[in-house]
Amino acid sequence: MAVTVKTFANASEAAGALSSDRSARYVGGGTLVMRALNEGDVSISTIVRASDQALTRIDASGPRVTLGAGVTFARVLAERDLAFLHAPARSIGGPAVRNMGTVGGNLFAPSPYGDFTVALLALDAIIAVAGGFGARDIPIEEFLQARERQAGTLVLSVSCTRPASAEAFRFRKIARIKPKGGAVITLAAHLPISGGRIAGARIALGSMAPTQIRARAAERTLEGRSLDAATIAAAASAAAEGTSPSDNALGSAWYRREIVGVHLRRLLSGQE
Amino acid sequence: MSKIPLQFRHNGRDVAIFVDGGTNLLVALRELIGDMTPKFGCGQGGCGTCSVLIDGELHLSCLTLAETVAGRSVETLDGMKQGPNLHPLQRAFADHFAAQCGYCTPGMLMAAKALLDRNPAPSRDEVVEAISGNICRCTGYEPIINAILAAAGGRVSA
Ligand SMILES: Cc1cc2nc3c(=O)[nH]c(=O)nc-3n(C[C@H](O)[C@H](O)[C@H](O)COP(=O)(O)OP(=O)(O)OC[C@H]3O[C@@H](n4cnc5c(N)ncnc54)[C@H](O)[C@@H]3O)c2cc1C
Ligand code: FES
Ligand code: FES
Repeated sequence: MAVTVKTFANASEAAGALSSDRSARYVGGGTLVMRALNEGDVSISTIVRASDQALTRIDASGPRVTLGAGVTFARVLAERDLAFLHAPARSIGGPAVRNMGTVGGNLFAPSPYGDFTVALLALDAIIAVAGGFGARDIPIEEFLQARERQAGTLVLSVSCTRPASAEAFRFRKIARIKPKGGAVITLAAHLPISGGRIAGARIALGSMAPTQIRARAAERTLEGRSLDAATIAAAASAAAEGTSPSDNALGSAWYRREIVGVHLRRLLSGQE
Repeated sequence: MSKIPLQFRHNGRDVAIFVDGGTNLLVALRELIGDMTPKFGCGQGGCGTCSVLIDGELHLSCLTLAETVAGRSVETLDGMKQGPNLHPLQRAFADHFAAQCGYCTPGMLMAAKALLDRNPAPSRDEVVEAISGNICRCTGYEPIINAILAAAGGRVSA
């Protein structure tokens, strides 16, 4: 079935078009939207695009990094200043999907997808959105919790603070098919160190709940500690607390709960 | 619903077609331009046999909204042929038995070309990574990897 495609040169006009039409869907890289159209999803009658250059801008020169929603994973990988985001970007799809898929689209990708978003959640990213009400910034956790209700808002960019060192930010995606495959689970950890102790630990998990979530119990075991064997063991045993994974073709909920602590322990102890 | 005019470069030639809104590039290439070299496998991004190069970058044509290629350059397997001669990659695929049923071959060749255009001397791991979005049900991948490495090594004459 043919749909109407509306292309806007300006992001705020695109946001206006999205918020005024319930059946309109924004298309970023299209890797999920085109899939839905090819399958004959009749709930989409209008496709909104924006060619606004602001959406594909990368600002990675300073301590605060901003990625336009339309930035592709291939572009993240091409940017030397974004080395801390290379592991999550590389974990996605094959090369064609990385050339097409965007950071903005990843925020909406349902499980088993959304690997890049797991990294952004551990980094306490801020999501800049535009809707009928104008533009505003939303902390990523709040954004994800209300994701179902975000239809009609346009994500403009995501931003986060650059981790202090390579060890301070870690990412791990567990997949059965390598190098390409959907995640069984995905983990990211941000461990800022202050005076030898962890201050502001963030552990984010993918495929452990309907959206990406923080492992708050595990974070608490890390807070104020140094990253020694006892602390790592405590974090690993708390990893599954508060999670609600489900069964899918890649793994069962039981299996996910069993392995999440194992992989968190490996991630925190720097094991491959 | 009215048709949308669309112009782009197809294998170095300017083309102009009219598409329905929401048409994907694979349908536009096959049904409107008559280039049957990109194949339909899944329409879901999962198999890679519809792979094409857009401005030199590997893309899945089944997941590309046709209108997004306006003014851009699209390269398919059809553009690889060089008169009566096979492209070195095609020659290498033939010499190394890298095609059995052949259904994955157009996508494999485009993924391989995208790699070699950027990285003329890839490692084996880089070849594996480059074709990781392309599924082959027949060969077990080894002959394909060997063919791409052979083409890169220049051991296969055009
Ligand atoms: C073969 C294959 C393999 C894949 N592998 C992975 C993988 O390993 N890991 C992974 O995480 N994902 C994977 N994906 C899923 C997908 O490609 C990525 O999640 C990608 O980031 C989605 O981005 P997109 O721009 O293509 O999304 P689109 O299809 O354009 O959009 C997806 C959704 O997000 C909304 N959206 C997009 N941009 C915006 C915006 N700026 N503002 C508001 N809403 C927006 C759309 O309306 C739509 O609902 C895979 C997909 C395929 C086809
Ligand atoms: S037909 Fe496009 S990936 Fe399978
Ligand atoms: S040769 Fe048959 S699918 Fe690859």
